[in-house]
Amino acid sequence: MKPLSLVTREYRTIDYVSGPLVFVSNVKGAAYGEMVRIRLRDGEERTGQVLDLSEEHAVVQVFEGTRGIDTDATMVRFTGEPARINVSLDMLGRVFTGVGKARDGRPEIIPEAVLDIAGTPINPSARDKPADFIQTGMSAIDGLNTLVRGQKLPIFSGAGLPASKLAAQIARQSKVLGEGEQFAVVFVAMGITNKEASFFMRDFEQTGALDRVVFFMNLADDPTVERLAAPRCGLAAAEFLAFTHNLHVLVILTDMINYCEALREISTAREEVPGRRGYPGYMYTDLSSIYERAGRLKGRKGSITQIPILTMPDDDITHPVPDLTGYITEGQIVLSRDLFRRGADPPVDALPCLSRLMNLGIGPGKTREDHRGVADQLYASYAYGRDLRRLVAIVGEEALTDLDKKYLKFADMFEKQFITQGNDDRPIETTLAIAWDLFAILPEDELKRIKREFIAKYHPAHTKSVGE
Amino acid sequence: MITGTIVRISGPVIIAHDMRGSKMYDVVKVGGDALRGEIIRLEGDDAVIQVYEDTTGLMLGEPVVDTEQPLSVELGPGLLASIYDGVQRPLPVLMQKSGDFIARGIYAPGLAREKKWEFVPSVKKGDKVIAGDVIGTVQEFHFEHRILAPHGTAGTVTDITPGSFTVEEPVCTLDGTTRLSLMQVWPVRIPRPHTKKLDPVLPLITGQRVFDCIFPVTKGGTAMIPGGFGTGKTVSEQTLAKWADTQVVVYIGCGERGNEMTDVLAEFPELVDPRTGLPLIERTILIANTSNMPVAAREASIYTGITIAEYFRDMGYDVALMADSTSRWGEALREVSGRLEEMPGEEGYPAYLATRLSAFYERAGRVVCLGSGERNGSVTVVGAVSPAGGDFSEPITQNTLRVVGTFWALDTNLAYRRHFPAVNWIKSYSLYIDSISEWYVKNIALDWRELREKAMYLLQKEVELQEIVQLVGPDALPESEKAILDVTRMIREDFLQQGAYSDTDSFCPVDKQYLMLRVIMTYFEHMNVAMGRGVTLRQVQALPIRAGIGRMKDIQDTEAIRAMVGDIEQQLSNLVVEK
Repeated sequence: MKPLSLVTREYRTIDYVSGPLVFVSNVKGAAYGEMVRIRLRDGEERTGQVLDLSEEHAVVQVFEGTRGIDTDATMVRFTGEPARINVSLDMLGRVFTGVGKARDGRPEIIPEAVLDIAGTPINPSARDKPADFIQTGMSAIDGLNTLVRGQKLPIFSGAGLPASKLAAQIARQSKVLGEGEQFAVVFVAMGITNKEASFFMRDFEQTGALDRVVFFMNLADDPTVERLAAPRCGLAAAEFLAFTHNLHVLVILTDMINYCEALREISTAREEVPGRRGYPGYMYTDLSSIYERAGRLKGRKGSITQIPILTMPDDDITHPVPDLTGYITEGQIVLSRDLFRRGADPPVDALPCLSRLMNLGIGPGKTREDHRGVADQLYASYAYGRDLRRLVAIVGEEALTDLDKKYLKFADMFEKQFITQGNDDRPIETTLAIAWDLFAILPEDELKRIKREFIAKYHPAHTKSVGE
Repeated sequence: MITGTIVRISGPVIIAHDMRGSKMYDVVKVGGDALRGEIIRLEGDDAVIQVYEDTTGLMLGEPVVDTEQPLSVELGPGLLASIYDGVQRPLPVLMQKSGDFIARGIYAPGLAREKKWEFVPSVKKGDKVIAGDVIGTVQEFHFEHRILAPHGTAGTVTDITPGSFTVEEPVCTLDGTTRLSLMQVWPVRIPRPHTKKLDPVLPLITGQRVFDCIFPVTKGGTAMIPGGFGTGKTVSEQTLAKWADTQVVVYIGCGERGNEMTDVLAEFPELVDPRTGLPLIERTILIANTSNMPVAAREASIYTGITIAEYFRDMGYDVALMADSTSRWGEALREVSGRLEEMPGEEGYPAYLATRLSAFYERAGRVVCLGSGERNGSVTVVGAVSPAGGDFSEPITQNTLRVVGTFWALDTNLAYRRHFPAVNWIKSYSLYIDSISEWYVKNIALDWRELREKAMYLLQKEVELQEIVQLVGPDALPESEKAILDVTRMIREDFLQQGAYSDTDSFCPVDKQYLMLRVIMTYFEHMNVAMGRGVTLRQVQALPIRAGIGRMKDIQDTEAIRAMVGDIEQQLSNLVVEK
């Protein structure tokens, strides 16, 4: 970005204030997207950003909220700078606000660099193909929907479902096989409660990872508009850590639904034409400017992997926020209320889950040769078993053939033994071994998705006879 | 030169004063950084402009200069194996200029200026040339790049020289005055002219059973792939880009994921065209305007893509264009329309959405190319659609449905159980069956259509039977209907499913497709005969031939599959009725 004008001007010409927006008239030489400082009557200073410029007005969104702003004494100063954040390696272990100010009572960091929080799009031809398998120790992810470095894989949750627990467990257990740990976590909280935030902090503390984590905290009672800046600050910091300091950065964004609410609030205040359910028509583009900042670059060691968490209102996966997210991210992990009630831990509903980059991270040399076939077979058999459950509810289990009864048992055991694991950290070999034990429930001829040679090599019926 | 000043900035849309004399769709340079934009509305002296780059940092009062040219692309040698953004800036060159991230206000021409090409004339001094004629050729990889006389030129060749030229140097002179070079420029929003449109009668062979055998699309036809997220739109588009039997493929990543483009970039140079044995990248042009790149350039990207496709069509080649996803293009329209404060139509989309969509799809077609001598070329358009919430009643899906010939409906439930390609056989259709039947009869088999219809009938019947099963359980069905369920499961699992990443099955030749279907239908026919004699379904299911049918996908030798037809007949007629 070119350096903007160094001339700053102060205005006392606020015409009107509406929700989080302030309309300043007669502004000369303001730039689109620049930051402004707003000084209230009592001397309190706030920050804002120019959203719209016309000859009549500059429209400014105020990050800390508009309470106390008047149209008389409040001063607005245009800084001539885009929204920026100070970054440094010393950010690790620190807590910041949604706009990157220290929040832990310690002094502000000494910046190594000052970055535009919005960033610029990665040139698609500079991207490197994600290829490293991340072992999360969770069978539902490693076995069925493998996470790969540089991927963005959201967790779709419902109100009251343990998404935080799952995310914390992933952050705790994740490792790339055969490599020393050069990792960092950037944790961005958007409108979550203090309780949830301290859950994460405690979890990181217990595992001794706290000094590898950068927190950006915007809690439920913090100003809404700051939520729009928080993920961008977090990602600017992540890009700095990943591509300047060669760290592998895991970014956890929670909760994206709160971010979108904030976006809707601004859009409504600007009287824009609403899209679905009142969310603005540009929400897809806006969300992609966050999610697309995951990835790897050619010739650089670091990487950014994103795990956004979002709560589906009323568990509805077709709601605009999960819907648009699913169209941008490379798959999704979906939690199910049904499984949660039946005691599955984590309650991952395997069927709607997906990892688009899975094939890049598995197979010989990465996980194991039979991984693809095993995952496909688990899916096909489990889906069939689930269908049968519906049938059983109507006609009763007696009406099923012997084969179908086996499928029914398979589906039950799959949920109890494969998906459910509590706090275990399972290596990929264990995950695959459990899958093969489950296959033993079914006749061998039914395993159509797996190559015969792998059946001969890994099926318990064969491996046991060799051992005996 | 018309120069105005900025009076309003709202996201990607700006308004400039003092622009009298500007024309609609003129390209303008905005502000001190000379960001490129396009005039999309005129109001008195004011011009409304959509800017192809991020507008952060622009100020009121900055200048806007009208170039008085429409948005155009450069056409000539050097297009193949390129990767461009939505307004034909070559991304590797941008990377050299601004590093891993795309900075603002950088510009690079679409075709490399320094590179020299070996030009071989195909007309000589004194020949008469009209627009569209091939004046010579250039070898680009293994591809014969035909140099055409641009639209609007005609005359007698007064000078033409073979040799090495850059794209800008003149290679041919007409009537002593008109100089032609290897490159020509064409405005993207205007379809390139042709002599006449032909009926589509040749199938586009993709090597995918559900596409070729069940819901075919023709060369010069149009198809859409709608589906919720995770149903495999992108994988289908990429599979088509890999295996479609055309000489050129244009792949537009319109508002989609960056990592997916990387995937194509990394994979295509290594993959080999099964027909020519050449790397796939050498016939591919990529247009990557990922979702986080500027929204106005996304709007332009599909026009950039189709103009390039038409250029290769005009040489007499078959071109396949993949647009992933047209919904993102529609959303770009919606976003710009919203900024213009236009009265919204359905779901906030502008009222002209349907017009724009149909105008785009109508640029597909098989044509007689401009120029003397009969050359035929085609552009096939396959557009992915990402309906919000997977709901096909939304405007983009519905408006696209009205104009396309083939509808491949992807189904979330099929995707959940990993049935890929997740094409729903009940909802999907193809309007080209009649027109390509002749080709199938001539090249594959007489009874292709009959087999296809029988299979479709059974699949339809399966839906009805499943409803009954849901009510009364499978045991209540008579044997003959259980047989139908048995064979439809076979059609679904052993024929329709096809692994895009399988080493043996990702590409399936059409004759093998036909034989596979023939084997399954023969099995059904003879099973019915046998069961008529009193043989039970349990007996039939125990036959060894069934395992063979399950492994057909991996058998490369078509004769082995042909032999299975006889085996089936024999094994089934040998069954003895149990007492």
